[in-house]
Amino acid sequence: MPENGVYQVLDPSGRLREGAKPVLDDEFVLEGLRWMLLSRAFDSKATALQRQGRFGVFSPVIGQEASVVGSAMAFEPRTDWLVPQYRELPAYLMWGFPLVKHILNLSGNPVAGRIPDDLKMLPTQVSLAAQLPHAVGLAWGLQIQGKEGVVVTYFGEGSSSEGDFHESCNLAGVTGAPIVFFLQNNQWAISTPRSFQSAARYFADRAAGYGFPGRVVDGNDLLAVYEVTKEAVDRARRGEGPTLIESITYRMSFHNTTDNPSRYQDPKDLEEARARDPIERIEAYLRERGMWSDEKAKEYRAVAAQEIEDALVEAQQAPRPEPAQIFENVFAELTPRQAAQRRELLGE
Amino acid sequence: MAQLTIIEAIRAAILHEMEEDERVMILGLDVGRLGGVFRTTDGLIEKFGRKRVFDTPLAEASIIGSSIGLAISGLIPVAEIQFLGFTHQAFHQLGQQLGRYRYRSRGRFPLQVTVRAPMGGGTKTPEFHPDAIEAQFVQSPAIKVVMPSNPYDAKGMLIEAIRDPDPVLFIEPERLYRKGRAEVPDEAYTVPFGKARVAREGEHITLIGWSAAVEVCEHAAAKLAEEGISAEVLDLRSLVPLDIESMVASVVKTGRCVVVHEAPLSAGFGAEVVATLQEEAFYSLDAPIARVASYDTPYPPATMENLWLPSSARVVNAARKTVNA
Repeated sequence: MPENGVYQVLDPSGRLREGAKPVLDDEFVLEGLRWMLLSRAFDSKATALQRQGRFGVFSPVIGQEASVVGSAMAFEPRTDWLVPQYRELPAYLMWGFPLVKHILNLSGNPVAGRIPDDLKMLPTQVSLAAQLPHAVGLAWGLQIQGKEGVVVTYFGEGSSSEGDFHESCNLAGVTGAPIVFFLQNNQWAISTPRSFQSAARYFADRAAGYGFPGRVVDGNDLLAVYEVTKEAVDRARRGEGPTLIESITYRMSFHNTTDNPSRYQDPKDLEEARARDPIERIEAYLRERGMWSDEKAKEYRAVAAQEIEDALVEAQQAPRPEPAQIFENVFAELTPRQAAQRRELLGE
Repeated sequence: MAQLTIIEAIRAAILHEMEEDERVMILGLDVGRLGGVFRTTDGLIEKFGRKRVFDTPLAEASIIGSSIGLAISGLIPVAEIQFLGFTHQAFHQLGQQLGRYRYRSRGRFPLQVTVRAPMGGGTKTPEFHPDAIEAQFVQSPAIKVVMPSNPYDAKGMLIEAIRDPDPVLFIEPERLYRKGRAEVPDEAYTVPFGKARVAREGEHITLIGWSAAVEVCEHAAAKLAEEGISAEVLDLRSLVPLDIESMVASVVKTGRCVVVHEAPLSAGFGAEVVATLQEEAFYSLDAPIARVASYDTPYPPATMENLWLPSSARVVNAARKTVNA
């Protein structure tokens, strides 16, 4: 453990830190890299399409791939629940959510973007931190009923200023619910820097106030993120309660496609962040172990590009929502007034 | 058949549903060892234990927010918020989150959640406790808002709420909690939402109210009867769904109407009632519809609340004016 308390397995150049012994086998790491590359490729493609007016507003994961993928790898999607915010695309895919449905949601067609019934995953959340009490209730409910499963919920350092964050951590501590709070500290809440959010040394330090452990990890280090998360998952599975993980990373792109970081971001900071790119780090590590090469990199990128292309084509072919669907899933049964409004809309 | 207060009727409903279905649990401030600040959950922790009767930390947003997750996990939470005024601190979890979850998940996660809270003034509670903010929730179109005014409805509507596959905000008339008893069947029964109740039949004018305002209307109707004015009292029972048919039928019959509510006048639910009646029953009206509500000021200190709340005297005045118009 380095002196500053931030857990790291790989240094920024991809070399194992002295004394570090990676727990993940190479095949598993390679699988992680595959998700990271898919995520990065999707962000570039979607940004290009958005700039051409062919895609809606979205928030890229760029720079946070190790943070999202490394943490998600520590869960078992068959039993564990994912409670997302909105900047965790590879985690949704790892849970089995089809990329085409993600694209449909971003394109304003949530009807076709419904989460399949067999996936243990809640919808994305843009009312920030509002998902956290849902995650706690879900974990607590599993615990009450003696059902298996751990809950992970994602949010950012900005969201952790919301009251919902504090109420949720407090309730999780009191109930001992099996949950992992995964805070991605990407240094920015749109234009608001990390230093404006909290005077605490680490966001994870707040866990002490709720009576459970907080861990800080280098969020650009896939191996470290996995290890720290796995430890928290195991704790929760053993019935030892919640953990707050602060994953220190960097938002290497805009907040979303409407944002212009040049108004508030020092280009030097971005340059420094790019030198700590999580994908390059894990590529270097695998290359060192003879598991990665230029050919492999090309091959993986080509597969990712094809997967994205296929999903985009499939999304274009999805049925467009029907007007009547405005009135679907409001209640099990519409009120008489809603039913009358539906008839009015449909000209019945 | 027993004579029960509203408190006892509510307790009977929760007890029955918890015995009937082990997925039903209650959570909220002081609901366990104390039995609730009004004792609506008295004796339940002894019977069902702490897993199903949970004293939560003092944090309304997470009481509602965690109920969402509890429901997704397979339980049927009945959350208590000590006073409706305290839902100010849970507002985003109620309307936006609880209310929209079926919709935003495109039907994947319907939420069978009941949120109970007492509402209204007249008992000299401290600031913020008595706020009648029911109309705010009607603007969140996917949560049911129901408000019984008597023991029979309290039990039947609460059982209906707990069994409803969708979220229900169950608002209780605090001032009437222990005021009088009424016959309540021992067995379980439901009172369907969206059916108003004719609390008193009349010919000359319709008084429309909900929650504790129904009692105000009934007092006013008794006084008006002494003057030879026969007033019908309609208890809406639920604002969502709204029983437009019964409102219209009564006003078509009487031709005159006064709407009474405890919330301040402007943009109160009375405005919705009046607008609906002028759309649906305009040609049956013999006079403009009047509203009697609290004034458009913050809730006053307890010593002045009776000047501020709609009184039966103000309802009688409004009814007289309407009848003589």
